[in-house]
Amino acid sequence: MIEVEDLTKYYSGRSAISGLTFRIEKGEIVGFLGLNGAGKTTTLRILACLTLPSSGRVRIDGLDAETDAHEIRRRLGFLPDAPPLYEEMSVSSYLRFVAELKGLSRREAAMRVEEVIDTCRLNEAREQLIGTLSHGFRQRTGIAQAVVHRPSLLILDEPTGGLDPVQIVEMRELIKRLGGEHTILLSSHILSEISQTCDRLLIIHEGRIIADGTEAAICQRMSQDQDAGILELEVEGPEGISAAETGERARSVVGKVQGVLTSRVVGQRGRRVQLEVEFNTDRRPAVARAIVESGLGLVRLDRRAMELEAVFQRLTQGSRAGFLPSTAAQRNQAEVKA
Amino acid sequence: MRPIALIVRRELMAYLRSPLGWVVAAVALLLDGLLFNFFAMGEGHRKSADVLRQFFYFSSGTTMVASLFLAMRLIAEERQTGTIALLYSSPVRDYQIVLGKFLSAFLFLAGITLATIYMPLLILVHGKINLGQIFAGYLGLLLLGSASLSLGLFGSSLTRSQVVAIIIGAALLLFLLLCWLIGSNTERPLSEIFSWLSLHNKHFQPFMSGIINSQDVVYYLSVTYFFLFASTRALEARRWSG
Repeated sequence: MIEVEDLTKYYSGRSAISGLTFRIEKGEIVGFLGLNGAGKTTTLRILACLTLPSSGRVRIDGLDAETDAHEIRRRLGFLPDAPPLYEEMSVSSYLRFVAELKGLSRREAAMRVEEVIDTCRLNEAREQLIGTLSHGFRQRTGIAQAVVHRPSLLILDEPTGGLDPVQIVEMRELIKRLGGEHTILLSSHILSEISQTCDRLLIIHEGRIIADGTEAAICQRMSQDQDAGILELEVEGPEGISAAETGERARSVVGKVQGVLTSRVVGQRGRRVQLEVEFNTDRRPAVARAIVESGLGLVRLDRRAMELEAVFQRLTQGSRAGFLPSTAAQRNQAEVKA
Repeated sequence: MRPIALIVRRELMAYLRSPLGWVVAAVALLLDGLLFNFFAMGEGHRKSADVLRQFFYFSSGTTMVASLFLAMRLIAEERQTGTIALLYSSPVRDYQIVLGKFLSAFLFLAGITLATIYMPLLILVHGKINLGQIFAGYLGLLLLGSASLSLGLFGSSLTRSQVVAIIIGAALLLFLLLCWLIGSNTERPLSEIFSWLSLHNKHFQPFMSGIINSQDVVYYLSVTYFFLFASTRALEARRWSG
């Protein structure tokens, strides 16, 4: 569906993205994850045929984005980070305009507008002027605009930007519903959204792809790589001792175990105290023994699973090359070279 | 052709639904009416043909100014609000965007211009004028308007700020207006080139008296074509840089 090869874009001498290579198969929902300024928007704008790359190649459906841009635009729905809405038009007349602009006939357009008003739940706002819409409705009108002509590829730049939690959940469901008929590429800097909607993640940092794969695969790879992590510990003090004292005691006991770096109290409930312990080698048995021997009750001892959040922070901090094992991107490169 | 028609329709709606369109129309018509009342109808007996000539003279001024104000938003506004992304990601060619925008502004301007027809008709009540002169005058106004619109559109295609857009448009217009001055102060062949380029002095004045020269028509059409072409190029260039 999408093949991107060695894509580079310079803005006044500074590169926004450099050497991006990846592939997206038909029907996939792919999340593009990165901090602000990582190059997500630039990449999406190139894929949407808005901007031309400085070098590299983009092929969509086998068509070259530079020479066949016109044909690609027929098959493409794009929602930029600011939805391209004409304030003085009503929702339904705006959608009809977009549908016809994308090449649908008058009749088809009228039909499709009804359908997308339905799927995007815009019914109560259909005759309202866009300038008077609330942010949630604007965003949904933006999505409706992108799908009205049944594009095979849907590119959404930060579709959940600025939405409230309820709207985010609705938007997520809407995107999942759309996933059936379109290949979707969406970007975000919020992990939880992307990990729930997308089949696959591309993590981009400083203009380069630093991880590529499913959420589980990326997390697993990371935790294998890492001995270090965080222990979640809950202890119960004997009667007659204050919770603060219990916490102090637990900390001093744990601190003596080899491999433990720091520890801190994060909460308490009755006689039970919760702690977080950072370690650089996994010594759970030793920690458990030390706690029990000190006379405290051990309620819970858990290694915190490497969440995407943590993975992402790790990846973007050092962007160590070691975190990039056999990603699909590199496999592709290897194929090309072979 | 269909994208052009769609853009024209949408843009015309935008003029009719925004204050800008109505304000420009109202101010242009008010100025035309006042000027007509004070100058053209001024004291003393005068020939009807002269009154009509003067009417077209000041109408040309309001037409040029109105054109710049109508044109400034055409592309700059879309850039500012980000709606240009919709046009850029749709199967629409750059020249279709430019033509659609230009035609919508031209139709709106033509509406304003033709709404002044009651003034020449008032002259007709008490005087004798040649309908051909009215026709030629209005043709001249529309041609002048189309050239000024294309200048304004070019300004609008260069920037995302409407203020900067109208300043660029006004600067270009002023330069073409002042070409006759440069022309009259230089030696041949420069003087001939500059006076031929002069937007108003050389090419508009014949229309006022009811004379349609093919070279004047060609001049206005060429200016329009040139700046529409330049605007298209400016849009294309944006795809590389932006």
